[in-house]
Order: sequence, then structure tokens, then C-alpha cells
Amino acid sequence: MGDAVVTHGISKKYRLGETILARNLLRERFAALFRAPFRKNDRGSDEEFWALRDVSVTIREGEIVALIGKNGAGKSTLLKILSEITEPTEGEAHIFGKVASLLEVGIGFHPELSGRENIYLNGAILGMSREETRSKFDDIVAFAEVERFIDTPVKRYSSGMYVRLAFAVAAHLDPDILIIDEVLAVGDLAFQQKCLKKLRSVREQGRTVIVVSHSMTTVTSLCERAIWLHEGKVRAAGPAPEIVSRYVDEGIENDVVWQPRHASHAAFEYHSVEVVRADNGEAADSVPSDVAIEIVFDFSVVSQMPPGRLLLRVRNEYGEPLFTSTSADRSAVRGEPWRIGRQKMRCRIPANLLMPGRYSVSVSHPFGGYDVMHDNIVTFTVNEQNALIDADTREGKIAPLLEWSSE
Amino acid sequence: MHKVIKRRTGLAQLNLGELWDYRELLGFLAWRDVTLRYKQTYIGVGWAFIRPFLTMFVFTVIFGKVAKLPSEGVPYAVLTFTALLPWQFFSTAYSDAAGSIVGNGHMVTKIYFPRLILPMSSLAVGMVDFFVSAIFLFMIMAYYRMMPSSRIFAVPLFLLLAFVFTLGLSLWFAALFVKYRDMRHLIPFITQFGLYVSPVAFSSSVIPQRWRLLYSLNPMVAVIDGFRWSIAGTNALYPPGVIAAVITSLVLLVTGVFYFKSSERLFADLM
Repeated sequence: MGDAVVTHGISKKYRLGETILARNLLRERFAALFRAPFRKNDRGSDEEFWALRDVSVTIREGEIVALIGKNGAGKSTLLKILSEITEPTEGEAHIFGKVASLLEVGIGFHPELSGRENIYLNGAILGMSREETRSKFDDIVAFAEVERFIDTPVKRYSSGMYVRLAFAVAAHLDPDILIIDEVLAVGDLAFQQKCLKKLRSVREQGRTVIVVSHSMTTVTSLCERAIWLHEGKVRAAGPAPEIVSRYVDEGIENDVVWQPRHASHAAFEYHSVEVVRADNGEAADSVPSDVAIEIVFDFSVVSQMPPGRLLLRVRNEYGEPLFTSTSADRSAVRGEPWRIGRQKMRCRIPANLLMPGRYSVSVSHPFGGYDVMHDNIVTFTVNEQNALIDADTREGKIAPLLEWSSE
Repeated sequence: MHKVIKRRTGLAQLNLGELWDYRELLGFLAWRDVTLRYKQTYIGVGWAFIRPFLTMFVFTVIFGKVAKLPSEGVPYAVLTFTALLPWQFFSTAYSDAAGSIVGNGHMVTKIYFPRLILPMSSLAVGMVDFFVSAIFLFMIMAYYRMMPSSRIFAVPLFLLLAFVFTLGLSLWFAALFVKYRDMRHLIPFITQFGLYVSPVAFSSSVIPQRWRLLYSLNPMVAVIDGFRWSIAGTNALYPPGVIAAVITSLVLLVTGVFYFKSSERLFADLM
């Protein structure tokens, strides 16, 4: 068998002026022009950072390969380059075959549209022709187990049904190379098994699969090879079990602390964002559901900036936003004045609120009057506790412990 | 099939063939937006009528009755509605298309497709609204017992001119908006301001002759005059103005496509 994907020294550089909004305001541009009319270009090299650096990998036809690594290690960037969503700054990738990429389930899904309508729309977005979607329609519906609701708007679907349908469309693509970002962790256990089975059958047809996964069980059971990315470089590549055990030994499976790899050179700088247990202050990679969690923001306000607030958003493992909270919520104003200097802020998520499962946290980065989001930078897991028996079958997205009384 | 992915340099490639491969996606996106528009509002299709109708009513009262501006021999309501038809196409299609990349940032960062599809689908949606409103124009004309002029065959040409202009302007703004987020304030300003400087509420015959050519640099002037001329049979067209509009629109479209295509590769990084 030949090669499916070969990359030669792929690097990806981001300019902070571009990723973070400071330069993205025309008025800032003009203001900078007046402030420093003779400075030709103030985008110095200190404002750049390399999301990927000299990545050379070869993926053979018919292989299932996992990309593993911490958040921000460059896994998603590599997938985006291979999917042609963004281009590399240096190096090149050779792709042999038709690529379909699934960086998120249900792209383009609209809550108001019915299951049927969304299947066609999503199919078109993923590159299926109308004819192709029509011929696979029944299989897709059966795979997703949503026959009865196919003409119901998907806003009435449970989150399980929603992701099943979204995944089912993608599972029926016929590419030579399938690229998947962290979408295997959807649905209940039975559905996950079904997806894994589907993926294995895809491989048996000689197709190549590239997955990013945080679940080491998935990686070892599904993939023969793993590529470990660390800070934008290939740390190790080889047989999956071997690479996974080395990775797990380093104990960085969960991402409970985030430290920006680069400074933002702006009025507001993050030092870290961390998830800790509220009872003992320890890192909260895995917390019983009856223990509160704190998100700790460690940051500096370097210079004067307009009043503002910090914002955090918690998503469940389906990627659905569960809630958004801001540090100004209780003061009923949109923002408060900032104190200059290094400081910490904490947000407490009460005990007995979240369902057992994996959660990711996105935080805002105040920038003038605007917020830029750092998405899914820390993750934590909530474990089932006695207080919540039968959490698996409990419907709903949260599981608050409420007061009940009888009279 | 072998594809090489690397940094693109040099002049942007147009890649029209690829656009053709993705025509179904264009159709689906336009269909989605039209369906949603009519599904989500109770007024549904009525919306395509109520907006121009109320605007027409206000313009007719203020400019026709109060200010007593000339109406080129047709009822003032017809004068304004024939102008509102292309104007509303321009203003809704342009507003949607200019925001289409940023508004669909979610798709842009997660999936590959020719980005031109997004603004083009906004224009397709505007087209649907246009045809719905056109029905109402003929109802209004029927009310005034007016027959469409025999020049009505020329309408598609002026519609094409409006399309070229709208697409050109939208491509510029859609790409600029990705880079400069404060375009958010400038984009609606163009339509607000444009409404006053285009002959929507009044006839372009009120413009002094010596300013006519300068005034015609706004392609909507020729589009609106053309609509009035070919549907309501108003006074003769001003040929230099039409030529100016065609040139302006083509220049905008060509430069817009190139600016869009050359910025396109950065879209996902700037979201």
C-alpha cells in the first residue's frame, strides 16, 4: 500500500495581531498610525508564535492514526492544514486521495430545520452530492436511530439524538482519507461502540483515518499508530500502545491548567487558568459530583483599559454550551474598572450541579471593548457520586441537587 | 488523486471550476436561509411586502404629498416602489453578504469550501425576496390601472447591473470585515447613507444636469432609473450615467473578487 498523507516540515505561524483582535480594529490601526508615524511596522517578531514547527509525518494508506497531545499542542492546527481550512506558513503536505474532514459534528445544523432537512444540508456541507445523500438517506436515519423524529425540528431533539444524527451523516461519507477531531466521545456508550465499529469497517475498505482523541482507551483500541504532538512538534510517533503509555506516564492526559504559550503584548495578560477542587485546592482533573469546582484566573492588567469583565463558558462533552458566566453578573453592569497589577479571580461552580461527564472551559480575553475567546483551554471530569444515582439514564443537561419536602 | 498543500503565493487563483463543483452547497445554503426566514417569522412572506410597502407609503406622503416633488408623470407610490424593488435587493443582499463570512465563522473554521459560496448565497436569498416583492409591484400598478411599459424586457439587464454592483461591494466588505471588526459600524452606514444619495424616494430628474454624471457614479442611480424607465415608462434614460454605472460596477466586482480571493486564505486564521 502507498502513502496517504506525507508532510514535509509543516510549520504554522500565527501573528498575535491577527489572532487577537488588537490589530483587527481599523480605528486601532489609525490610532497606531498617529502615535508612531515613523515606525514602519510595529509587528515585531516577538508577536509571533509557532503553532506547529517542522512537522514531518507519513501516514500510510489504510491506517488509523491518532494524534495525541495536550490542548494547544497543535493537533487541531495540523488537522486544519490537512483539511485546507488554513494554510501552512512553511513546508508542504501531499495528500493522495479525497479528503473528508469532521472537525466538529453537525456543522451547519440549524435547530429550526427538521432532521431530514439538516441531513441534506449537512451532507452538502461535508461534500456529498444531493444524489449521494438521497441514496444513503435511509442508512443515515437508521444509524442515528431517529426514524420517528426525522421530520421534527432538531431543536426538539435530545442532545444524544442530535449528535447521533450529526455523526451519522458524517459516518456515511466515502472519502479516501477521513479526518476526525475529537468527535468520538459523543452519545452513550452503545452509540460510541457503534461509531468505533463503523470506523473499523471504514479501515477495512482500505481507507485512511486520522483522529484526534483525548480518550486513551479509544486510541489504543482503535488505532495502530499514534503521533504525539508537544508544543507544535512531533514528540514521538509509533505503535499506539507504546506511545500512549509514554504519554500517560507523563501524566498530562487531562488539561487542568492552561498557560498561554505566548504573551499577548496587550493591556491584559493571562498567566494561567486552572481548574481546582474547592475543598482542597488540588488540581481538578477528576472531581466527585458533590465537590464544588473553582476556575482560577491568574492575570495581569498591564495598563489602563476600558471597564470590563471576565467571562467563562462551560461546554459538555457534546460541545454544547451549558452556561456562560461573567464576573460582572452580580453587579448588573456590563463591566467594572480594572485594577492595574497581577491578580487572581475565582469562579465557583457549585457542587451537585453538573452531570457526570467531561467538561471544557472557554474564557474571554478582554481587549479594549471587545472580548476574544480562548476556546476549550481547560477540561475536567465530573464523577458520579451517591447523591446522583442513575445519572446515566437521567434526562437533562445538568443534575442539580434540589430541595424536596413533603407535607 | 494527488494534492499538494502549501502556502499560496502570487496572484490569487480564481478557480471557477471549483465553484461549479460546489454549486449544490450554494443552493442548499440559499435554500436554508430562505426557509428559515419564512419559517421563523409569523408574517413570513408578508415581510417581503410589508417593508417596502410601509417605506413606499412614508416616501409617498413625505416626498410626494408634503414636499410635492415631481413624479415623472406616474403615481408617486409607483415611482417609489419601482425604486424600492432594486434598492431592497441591494440593501438586504449587501448587508447579509458583507456579514456572511464573519457570521458563518463557525463553518469557515471547521470545513473547507470555496468561501465565495457564502456571499453568493446571500445574494441568492436577496433574489428570492426580490421576486416576491416584484409580485406586489404589479399589484400596486394594477391598483393604479397601469400597464407595465413595453420596455419591461430590459429589466433583467438592470437587475444584472444591480447584481454585479452588489456582489462587488459585498466581496470587498465581507473580506474587510474579517480583518477589521469595526466594519460592523460602517457596513450598515453604507445602506443608510445610500438610501439618501440614491433616487429611491425621489426622481433623479431633480438632480441638476451638470451634477448628473458625478451623481451616476453611484451605480444604484442607473439601476433605479433603469427600473423606472423599463417598468413604469418614465422619462428617457441618461446614457452616460448607465455607462458610468456599468464601469463602476465591473471595476468593483473585479477588484472585489481579487481582494476576496487573496484574503480568503487568512479567513480561518482571523476568526
